[in-house]
Amino acid sequence: MEAYLDNSATTRVFPEVAELVTKLMLEDYGNPASMHFKGMRAEQYVKRAKEQIAKVLKVNEKEIIFTSGGTEADNLALIGAAMANRRSGAHLITTRIEHPAVLKTMEYLEGQGFRVTYLPVDKTGRVRLEDLQKSIRQDTILVSVMHTNNEVGAVQPIAELGALIKRMNPRTLFHVDAVQGFGKFRIFPKRMNIDLLTVSGHKIHGPKGVGFLYAGEKVKLHPIVFGGGQQNGMRSGTENVPGIAGVGLACQKVYENLERDNERMYRLREMLIEGVSDLGNIQINGCPGREGAPHVVSISFRGIRSEVLLHALEDRGICVSAGSACAARHPRPSETLKAIGVERSLLESTLRFSLSLFTTEEEIVYTLHTLHETVPVLRRYSRY
Amino acid sequence: MEFRAFLLKYAEIGIKGRNRYLFEDALVEQIKYALKRCEGEFAVRKEQGRIYADVVSAYYDYDEVVENLKRVFGLSHICPMIQLEDEGFEKLGEEIVKYMDEAYEDKGLTFKVNARRARKNYPKSSMEINCDLGEILLEAFPEMQVDVHKPDVMLNVEIREHIYVYSIVIPGPGGMPVGTAGKAMLLLSGGIDSPVAGYMIAKRGVQIEAVYFHAPPYTSERAKQKVVDLAKAVSKYAGEIRLHIINFTDIQMYIYDKCPHDELTIIMRRYMMRIAEHLAKEGGCTGLITGESIGQVASQTMKSLLVTNEVCTLPVYRPLIAFDKLDIVDIAEKIDTYETSVLPYEDCCTIFVAKHPVTKPNLQIIKKHETHLDEKIDELLQKAYETQEIVTVSAV
Repeated sequence: MEAYLDNSATTRVFPEVAELVTKLMLEDYGNPASMHFKGMRAEQYVKRAKEQIAKVLKVNEKEIIFTSGGTEADNLALIGAAMANRRSGAHLITTRIEHPAVLKTMEYLEGQGFRVTYLPVDKTGRVRLEDLQKSIRQDTILVSVMHTNNEVGAVQPIAELGALIKRMNPRTLFHVDAVQGFGKFRIFPKRMNIDLLTVSGHKIHGPKGVGFLYAGEKVKLHPIVFGGGQQNGMRSGTENVPGIAGVGLACQKVYENLERDNERMYRLREMLIEGVSDLGNIQINGCPGREGAPHVVSISFRGIRSEVLLHALEDRGICVSAGSACAARHPRPSETLKAIGVERSLLESTLRFSLSLFTTEEEIVYTLHTLHETVPVLRRYSRY
Repeated sequence: MEFRAFLLKYAEIGIKGRNRYLFEDALVEQIKYALKRCEGEFAVRKEQGRIYADVVSAYYDYDEVVENLKRVFGLSHICPMIQLEDEGFEKLGEEIVKYMDEAYEDKGLTFKVNARRARKNYPKSSMEINCDLGEILLEAFPEMQVDVHKPDVMLNVEIREHIYVYSIVIPGPGGMPVGTAGKAMLLLSGGIDSPVAGYMIAKRGVQIEAVYFHAPPYTSERAKQKVVDLAKAVSKYAGEIRLHIINFTDIQMYIYDKCPHDELTIIMRRYMMRIAEHLAKEGGCTGLITGESIGQVASQTMKSLLVTNEVCTLPVYRPLIAFDKLDIVDIAEKIDTYETSVLPYEDCCTIFVAKHPVTKPNLQIIKKHETHLDEKIDELLQKAYETQEIVTVSAV
């Protein structure tokens, strides 16, 4: 049996999306910039995707910029906004638990003369409003906070943060990296004071290599990719039409039965948490209750190295991840886990299980069964 | 100017008496193996004690060919040549002037013409060719000077069926052609040392087989892939490598259960040596190769080496035994294994390692503790042999 519990790394594509992508590669493969009918048809697909996305976010189609994925969207949001607004100030705010796509970009901007404040988080992984309030200044041009953390599933109080930012400094832009939160929560940028919002296709059962940035109409942004001037010059390069059509359809589909799907995921997540708790000597990190995301559980298994447990599970067809996939190839203690105060000895004993709407009860049952078989054996051969 | 042929010189094998043809044939095989991974088509031929590689295809990549030939053990020099038809001496003179013009931008050099007349019916003697070509060159390039003792450029002109001209001499790696010295079993871990050890022994003409101890789930598929990649890097020098992948987990756990934990590594190493020797004998190898270096880690102190060595009847070749780590790293970088070696995956030696492993193991005590394994160890070894995976790794 197989159990794929690494959906925060990537997800299986909706069959309808895969079909559409294939069709666009084999039949409607035109370049939207071409003047003939093939180009025109391709353009229609891009337009349709924008409509689908605009509908779920309740924003204007013109406010969608397609990118090569979440990382590029984060880069465009931060660098683009920082460069376009540097006359208003050079201060940026973010959190310590952001994805490297934000943290590394912030580091780059520090090298360009910007100053960055990194907000701490509490034990559940949430930013405290008063910390943000204290940090916003006259010259703060942007605040970037992720919607849902990829390692522990902590969900930020985005609407409250948005309201606070605008109250403190109406000119400060609010960027939200919603790569993990989009498709699990209903996010309405205009009502939540979000100016920039990052979404990635492959986390919502769409294709890899495509994502988008929502950028509010009035937001001043400089492009970071130059060339043929596609997408109003904001993102040059021939549009990835199959990917764009795929992400559009995935956005629509992932919200079709959101409440039902979330309820199922929460139930499976609770089942998993309950099932592992009688292994003893385990710790659930972040928010194990319904204030956390429905699809992420971070579990520390005392006395077992995460890499070993991961491969033991892998051997039985169960895919999970140690930390996040993005950091896993360079095994070093996770900054997020450190930031939420996980003790040192558990940092390298932590696995992330992440679900999706495709996850079945059998997968969870099988995983629990396997954990009950493996964990006691591995604990016996622990080197600590 | 395009070089369409390479003269490949060898040194040590020139002295091997009546076995010489064996060495030459092995060298030709290794040259072919190296050229197989280069773009283009080549013909390799043996002729009067020399080996030539001719470019057959219209396109080839000179740099790539040189880079790969530099990995063929047994080659002392690689000389890119131009090949001319014999269309009279006057034409030869013109071609030589053209060659020197294109090959050397800075004409302020000293040279010597070194003609060899293998085809004896050529109208001029070697001496005459030397003098006449020298004169032509001096006339064409007044800045040049002749120096017959220590010339900057030795211009070789070989008159055979065709006329070959070369002056560029690229040093080869030396050593002996792989396959001429027999075969040995390399204990290949994912570390820095063992690939280097394999490379060094291969340089003496030894064909390499390798064994890797895999310990799932403690070591990952990526760790295994890393070892395959390392074997592939070594096989650029050593030719095809048969890699035995042994599942070591059960044996390791059994030792963990039955023996004192501070002796775990040393007992484990003894079993690795035993397994390697078993596979070696089965595969017709006449030695083992390890990357051990005195004192580098607890299991490589002289006392530890004594204890691990004791289980082997085959000689164990340890080419790095007196090398410092930094010197090993230098070679690893040169042969392009370093970056792969330092990828951060666990290998089976580091999994259960005790906080303070013994550094001065006592052979008698170790042997006594090993008797705790008597009940099941043979069965586990048998199972390890039966479930081994064999991968043939080649750089082509």
